[in-house]
Amino acid sequence: MYKIEAKDVNLYYGDFHALKGISMSMKPNTVTALIGPSGCGKSTFLRTLNRMNDLIESVKITGLVTVDGEDIYRKNINIDELRKHVGMVFQKPNPFPKSIFENVAYGLRVNGENNRSFIEDKVKESLVQAALWEEVKDKLKKSAFELSGGQQQRLCIARALAISPSVLLMDEPASALDPISTAKIEELIYELKTNYTIVIVTHNMQQAGRVSDHTAFFYMGDLIEYGETKKVFTNPDHTQTQNYITGRFG
Amino acid sequence: MKDKNTTYNSKRTSQSVAFWIFRFFSMLVVAILFLILSFIIYKGIGVINWDFITKMPENGMTEGGILPAIIGTLCLVGGSILFAFPIGVLSGIYVNEYAKNGWFIRFVRMMTNNLAGIPSIVFGRFGMALFVNYFKFGTSIIAGSLTLGLMVLPIVIRTTEEALKSIDDSFRHGSYALGASKLETIRRVTLPMAFPNIVTGLVLSIGRVSGETAPILFTAAAYFLPKLPSSITDPVMALPYHLYVLSTSGTDLEASRSMAYGTALVLVVMVLFVNLLANALRKFFSKKVKMN
Amino acid sequence: MKNTFKRFIERFVEGILFLSGTITTITVLLIVVFLFREGSGLFNNSTMEKGFVLAINKSNPVSKLSSYEIKEIFDGKITSWKQVGGKDQPIQLFHVEDITNYYTEEQIGANFENLPKLLSNVVDSIPNIVAFVPEMYVDKSFKGRVLPEKKLTLKEFFFGREWFPTSQPAAQFGAFSLITGTLWVSLWAILISLPLGLSVAIYMAEIANPKVRNFLKPVIELLAGIPSVVYGFFGLIVIVPTIQRLFDLPVGETALAGSLILAIMALPTIITISEDAIRTTPRAMKEASLALGATHWQTIYKVVLPYSSSGIAAAAILGIGRAIGETMAVLMVTGNAAIIPSSLLEPVRTIPATIAAEMGEAPQGGVHFEALFALGAILFIMTLIINIVVDFISNKKKISKR
Repeated sequence: MYKIEAKDVNLYYGDFHALKGISMSMKPNTVTALIGPSGCGKSTFLRTLNRMNDLIESVKITGLVTVDGEDIYRKNINIDELRKHVGMVFQKPNPFPKSIFENVAYGLRVNGENNRSFIEDKVKESLVQAALWEEVKDKLKKSAFELSGGQQQRLCIARALAISPSVLLMDEPASALDPISTAKIEELIYELKTNYTIVIVTHNMQQAGRVSDHTAFFYMGDLIEYGETKKVFTNPDHTQTQNYITGRFG
Repeated sequence: MKDKNTTYNSKRTSQSVAFWIFRFFSMLVVAILFLILSFIIYKGIGVINWDFITKMPENGMTEGGILPAIIGTLCLVGGSILFAFPIGVLSGIYVNEYAKNGWFIRFVRMMTNNLAGIPSIVFGRFGMALFVNYFKFGTSIIAGSLTLGLMVLPIVIRTTEEALKSIDDSFRHGSYALGASKLETIRRVTLPMAFPNIVTGLVLSIGRVSGETAPILFTAAAYFLPKLPSSITDPVMALPYHLYVLSTSGTDLEASRSMAYGTALVLVVMVLFVNLLANALRKFFSKKVKMN
Repeated sequence: MKNTFKRFIERFVEGILFLSGTITTITVLLIVVFLFREGSGLFNNSTMEKGFVLAINKSNPVSKLSSYEIKEIFDGKITSWKQVGGKDQPIQLFHVEDITNYYTEEQIGANFENLPKLLSNVVDSIPNIVAFVPEMYVDKSFKGRVLPEKKLTLKEFFFGREWFPTSQPAAQFGAFSLITGTLWVSLWAILISLPLGLSVAIYMAEIANPKVRNFLKPVIELLAGIPSVVYGFFGLIVIVPTIQRLFDLPVGETALAGSLILAIMALPTIITISEDAIRTTPRAMKEASLALGATHWQTIYKVVLPYSSSGIAAAAILGIGRAIGETMAVLMVTGNAAIIPSSLLEPVRTIPATIAAEMGEAPQGGVHFEALFALGAILFIMTLIINIVVDFISNKKKISKR
């Protein structure tokens, strides 16, 4: 039914109550945008979906988060497996200091894949999906750092896609890029929707409007409003949402 | 107007004075190094020849070569590296990548810093008490190597730690997000990136070890041995110790002076070489990282 | 299956890493244990040569003598019992060899069979005698009084002014002159190298252009890498004779030579750490100062230096630590006279030099041996305090900078 479900999720950084009782559900093959002013908790919430918050000390989480119906905070869960199913792309492109090919192949190798032709096929497939193949097919062995910022970010997307996740989490993927690269990435997201469930955090409301099916508005750790993008942007239920969208604050 | 100008001028003058003093001091420091090096090179160069390096000492240390001291130093350096490198690198990895930021890790770090600050003579005596006496290794290569290894351990650990610390977390996070475990991330991403700096640190610690005297005074070194060491439980001659004895209490100070110069020169050349090597490696690796 | 195996390997490797991480802690603890164990033995043993005792006449009210007093008596500097709390009588020294002054060889016996009895007689007959005799010749019928073994006290160790580990009958282990010698030499070394090093650090961090800095950095590293014994050698051959000629002294081995060499050796430490500290000054802060019309130099001493003061302090203290612990170079150039220094132009002896020099002579497990370990313990504590202070300063800085 639902791909991802969150029920009454609370998160504390030490004493700071960063997420206050968040509940929302996302259907498969949809794009959900998380919007809100800086520090409202949207990135934090995104990171609870693949347990990247575990890397921060003094973090405490309560509530239920399920992916494909399974509680991802249960005791014996294999976190590495979880992260293979729920992939992530970061705000600032962070390719490894390796070749383009090796960057994309990294996830496969790390998960025990040894078959050379399988890897080659997967790398090509991922780069095609990320709309980067044409630009790099002749220089796969070159360093990833030789690519432009926008290309590097698409490389990171390809890298995440290579391990065949079913969910893709994107934390402000275009905020560090120029307008043209941003447009390319937005196009990409729209195409990826057919095969993946995407949750994207963004500062850019026009982007949210362009790209997503559903939008969630966060403010100071609370989930104020969650609904179809069209509705949230044109006829929101809450005044706060209205104020944020029309630019009165944030 | 005039007032403002005079303030400005006096400010400028005091700055020039200060800066010139600093420039002078810096040149002084360079001059000191130059003085020491050239003195040793000048006095010692006449003594160095093939025989010097390959022969055993003769005639009460006034003639012949210093081969056993060279071999002894190589043995000691090799032994201590064998001990300190693996443990030091592993320890650095643990401290930087694994341990939580609690009181425990602060304690361990403080202990490492303390170990680094302990005078070499205390190491020497500790080595004597522990390895020579308690473990009954006697004055031997193994006692000396272990003592030297302990001494250089904190340096290796610190270098590894710094190298790992300088790698941005975003790389680690990127790897975790792809489902890699901590160990895999270290193996595939962090360690290879830190490798150049770690290696440079290793090379520098080699230089440090080869020049130390106090730790081997009572754990490994002997003044004169008729033959080369045959096992790790034998005592050895070593270059720094050799120089020390030659210049302070050899049987005939004046006559063995030339041998002393030669020994000093060999030591200095070793240090120069190690430093150059470390610098070259540093440049080589940083180019490689930029490329790839 | 593959996963659990992988997990197992990872646990295993993590365990190894953990062990390695704790090895430094274990080592430091071991060092502490060994040093203090051996060193404390010093205070449990008598300072007199093993197998010997001091005996006095039964009528003598004196009940014990300190090792200093013993030495002074046998050196002839204390001559009356009144000076050590007894009656006003001149002290009569007696060594076991002196027995021949009183008895003939036949009376003593070919194998010294009668010696105990004769010794007893001598001691009994001379009321103001103090006899230094082997223990084995004192038997049950001894008519004198054996003075109890005097153990060294902590106070005597720290504040005693004489260090004569081989003197008879009682060795002297007063470390005061060594402690002051160490501090004296180090103090002057820092006084020389701190201004010098700081100037170079400022120059490198703020003033020099990149080419000069790239030249200076390897130079400093090279200075840091030269072994201490080479410095000592250089000091011995060049500095010592120069001082001798310059100041017209009988020997050039002086505290000044030691301080100079130590200063050079501490320079690289001070320079590199200070330079790092100075470099961390935020550019914004410097630019703010310049924008207000301050000159570069004013910015340096008003803004940069105060900001990096804790780093510079750390550098200075570490430099001191290096100077205090330096062994070989100091050993070779300071002349090794264990006296309390009053000027720079006299020979002096430091703790590390003492340990290095005397270790070869001290018999295994004897009092001298333990005394050297006790010295080592002092040295260790000094450097430990230094390191903790540096840690504390750096931590304070980190907290306040947040």
